[in-house]
Amino acid sequence: MGDSQYSFSLTTFSPSGKLVQIEHALTAVGSGQTSLGIKASNGVVIATEKKLPSILVDEESVQKIQHLTPNIGVVYSGMGPDFRVLVRKSRKQAEQYNRLYKEPIPVTQLVRETATVMQEFTQSGGVRPFGVSLLVAGYDDKGPQLYQVDPSGSYFSWKASAMGKNVSNAKTFLEKRYTEDMELDDAIHTAILTLKEGFEGEISSKNIEIGKIGADKVFRVLTPAEIDDYLAEVE
Amino acid sequence: MAMQIFEYNGSAVVAMVGKNCFAIASDRRLGVQLQTIATDFQRISKIHDRVFIGLSGLATDVQTLYQRLVFRHKLYQLREERDMKPETFASLVSAILYEKRFGPYLCQPVIAGLGEDDKPFICTMDSIGAKELAKDFVVSGTASESLYGACEAMYKPDMEAEELFETISQALLSSVDRDCLSGWGGHVYVVTPTEIKERILKGRMD
Repeated sequence: MGDSQYSFSLTTFSPSGKLVQIEHALTAVGSGQTSLGIKASNGVVIATEKKLPSILVDEESVQKIQHLTPNIGVVYSGMGPDFRVLVRKSRKQAEQYNRLYKEPIPVTQLVRETATVMQEFTQSGGVRPFGVSLLVAGYDDKGPQLYQVDPSGSYFSWKASAMGKNVSNAKTFLEKRYTEDMELDDAIHTAILTLKEGFEGEISSKNIEIGKIGADKVFRVLTPAEIDDYLAEVE
Repeated sequence: MAMQIFEYNGSAVVAMVGKNCFAIASDRRLGVQLQTIATDFQRISKIHDRVFIGLSGLATDVQTLYQRLVFRHKLYQLREERDMKPETFASLVSAILYEKRFGPYLCQPVIAGLGEDDKPFICTMDSIGAKELAKDFVVSGTASESLYGACEAMYKPDMEAEELFETISQALLSSVDRDCLSGWGGHVYVVTPTEIKERILKGRMD
């Protein structure tokens, strides 16, 4: 097909109007570990599988869910090192906004600026797109918000979404289970059940990570003990 | 005679807090040292319906700084789909002034606005962005010393809009009368949650 001749150069369109490198980046995301997010009426939850390559890895040292600000958290599917770079840039942008306006950055603004960074890497020389999609969860004056940002730099607001290996099953499950008036604890249960859907092996507090933010506007990653409690409730 | 750059054009700006309202007033003289050039110079500008800024000091910087701030606020409005809160605007002005720390804008801003829950907010800062918040009044310009005295004597808390107008007008006119570089009338804005009242004062025209 004509497309393959254009797949090496990021900044060249293929005849079908695609930037094939971005498609490949999305493939990298699609083969990453599943992650998902659910927006409840009074908060947002994000969660991800944390499958480590060997039992010898110290799982406490791995943290896939990160803070961008005290009231905005993020999780990813795709390449971990690319995620680290984006987190670093986003944190810096959030802090620059705070320094200028002495006000915490609204979620939409931070998402937009992060997406702009990702877009820049699709239109510059000598770079490649980021191999991650992000799920950004935050709570500001506009209430709870959940955004997905793709390697192309496009972003969408979601009520509930999933990314990674198990995306189609997870999204189907979420479509059935999601209700508008869900509360945060229900959403956490639903998130666990959704992860369970495509989980290979036994789900436990050591191989998933959950982050939540409620009306207190403080984003927190749950401790393994808290995850165990939720898992017990789900059984 | 040594030229003092902050006194080159002459100015007087004052803002006062009332009960769920604020007033901001300025003189109208534009001079070149001892010569009066204009008697209708605009020192106070509206950023949006609930935030006003008055700038004293060198007139060219007053105009340029105002244009830069309106530019920044318009972009903010487009990006964030909301107006800036007065506290946020004050932080922005402070940052913009400090950017020019070693070649500053020769202005002293007075910022007044209605914040959340219609709570009035006033502040002033020096020409390199050091903020000074106050609960009662703030002053700036060549007549600032007289203004401090007049405001301290005439101010009382929780005045309603009409009484606030009278108080700030008297404070302004009596202060600029003691300052040869400011005067030629006054320009007063009284802002409540529901309306903005703009009035011109006629004082001693000298």
